[in-house]
Amino acid sequence: MAGTDPIHQFVIQDMFPIHLGGDGTAGSGLNFSFTNSSLFMVATVAVISLYLILTTSAKSVIPGRAQLVSELLYGFVANMVKSAAGTAGMKFFPLVFSLFTFIFVANMFGMVPYFFTVTSHIIVTFALSMLVFLTVVIYGFVKNGPKFLKLFVPSGVPGYILPIVAPIEFISFMSRPISLSVRLFGNILAGHITLKVFTGFIVTMSSLGFLGILGSALPLIMAIALTGLEFLVGAVQAYVFAVLTCMYLNDAIHPSH
Amino acid sequence: MVTQVYAQEAAAPAEEHVEDAAHGATDTHADPTADTHATTEAHGGEHDSGVFPPFDPATFPSQLLWLAITFGALYVLMSKVALPRIGNILENRKSIVDADLAAADASRQKTDAAIAAYETALADARSKAQGIANETREKIQSDLASKRSAVEADLTAKVTEAETRIAATKRDALTHVDEIATETAQTVVGQIIGDVSADSVRAAVAKASKE
Repeated sequence: MAGTDPIHQFVIQDMFPIHLGGDGTAGSGLNFSFTNSSLFMVATVAVISLYLILTTSAKSVIPGRAQLVSELLYGFVANMVKSAAGTAGMKFFPLVFSLFTFIFVANMFGMVPYFFTVTSHIIVTFALSMLVFLTVVIYGFVKNGPKFLKLFVPSGVPGYILPIVAPIEFISFMSRPISLSVRLFGNILAGHITLKVFTGFIVTMSSLGFLGILGSALPLIMAIALTGLEFLVGAVQAYVFAVLTCMYLNDAIHPSH
Repeated sequence: MVTQVYAQEAAAPAEEHVEDAAHGATDTHADPTADTHATTEAHGGEHDSGVFPPFDPATFPSQLLWLAITFGALYVLMSKVALPRIGNILENRKSIVDADLAAADASRQKTDAAIAAYETALADARSKAQGIANETREKIQSDLASKRSAVEADLTAKVTEAETRIAATKRDALTHVDEIATETAQTVVGQIIGDVSADSVRAAVAKASKE
């Protein structure tokens, strides 16, 4: 039954152990091992970097197909940043571009059977969203100073409502990294579990004889449909993460609503 | 293996906590399933790594470290190499296209100017041709008129001259008529009657021509 365990795909296995600190006993200290997760992070970054750098090395004025894909990707993210955060937001373009491509390629890698899905771990998505959150907070205060706090005081709201509105705005602002990370993590995790459960049904039912094999067509159809859906979810979640990043950055650049 | 052992150790207090919580919640009802539930969880944990893998804090340092390394590398590669390069390609293309468009526009304006110049030249030439034609026509007409008037004057002069000559001749002739008549009469009379004096015949002719 281990083959159909829907949780097994999320297990992190050490590939190249690195342990720091601790008293030498197992489990003590910090585990910095190179794991299957690390492998796919490296693979994700390698695929993105190699593709973008190799396809644009010719610098052709008339692009080939491969170069055109890189240019379209560039234009897609650049438009996203410009429309959400304005021209001033273009200084964060490399950040948004890295986030979008990293999450997108990691999600696509996750759709390959036996591949590990980097974004299915909350710590990864939380770290990425904290990166965005801290960028917004630090840049917001550095650029605007105390005026950044205007973010919590929407313009046009009468003074007597402010004691109610400002805390709500503050809570919604502080919950951004959580919602951002949990949205991506939850979508990917739930999708992969569902997919695994349905494909597990196929195996289980097929082992029940002729009728079971016939009946396994139902979860098979479901699994095929879910695979398509998961590709969509993987792409959409990368897009959503990038768009929300742009909108949060817009708050840091133009804090008054 | 290390994570598994650690996770099992970590799972043990968690299991107790769950049991405590379950007992606390079901104290008054003394629900027997609470125990079963907690035991099942602990039992399942022994098979796998103890906790649900995405929530296993033992894996956090490794994931954070490698995420920082890989994402940092990605950010550096993107911001220093890939994105400026693509930006340059797009900018370069835009400038080439703009230059081409500007050149095309300049050529078009040149063509327009050439067409305008051609048309003005054509209009000039046409008006000049018309002018030359008019001038020539006028010259010819005036030439013709002067020649005609000269010829006419000549003719008139000739006509008057001829008329005076005719008048003179007529007058001459008329003066000779008397003479001829006299001579004829003298001859006729001389044949019939004999010699008559020329004076008497002349008088008689004069008398007859007066009648």
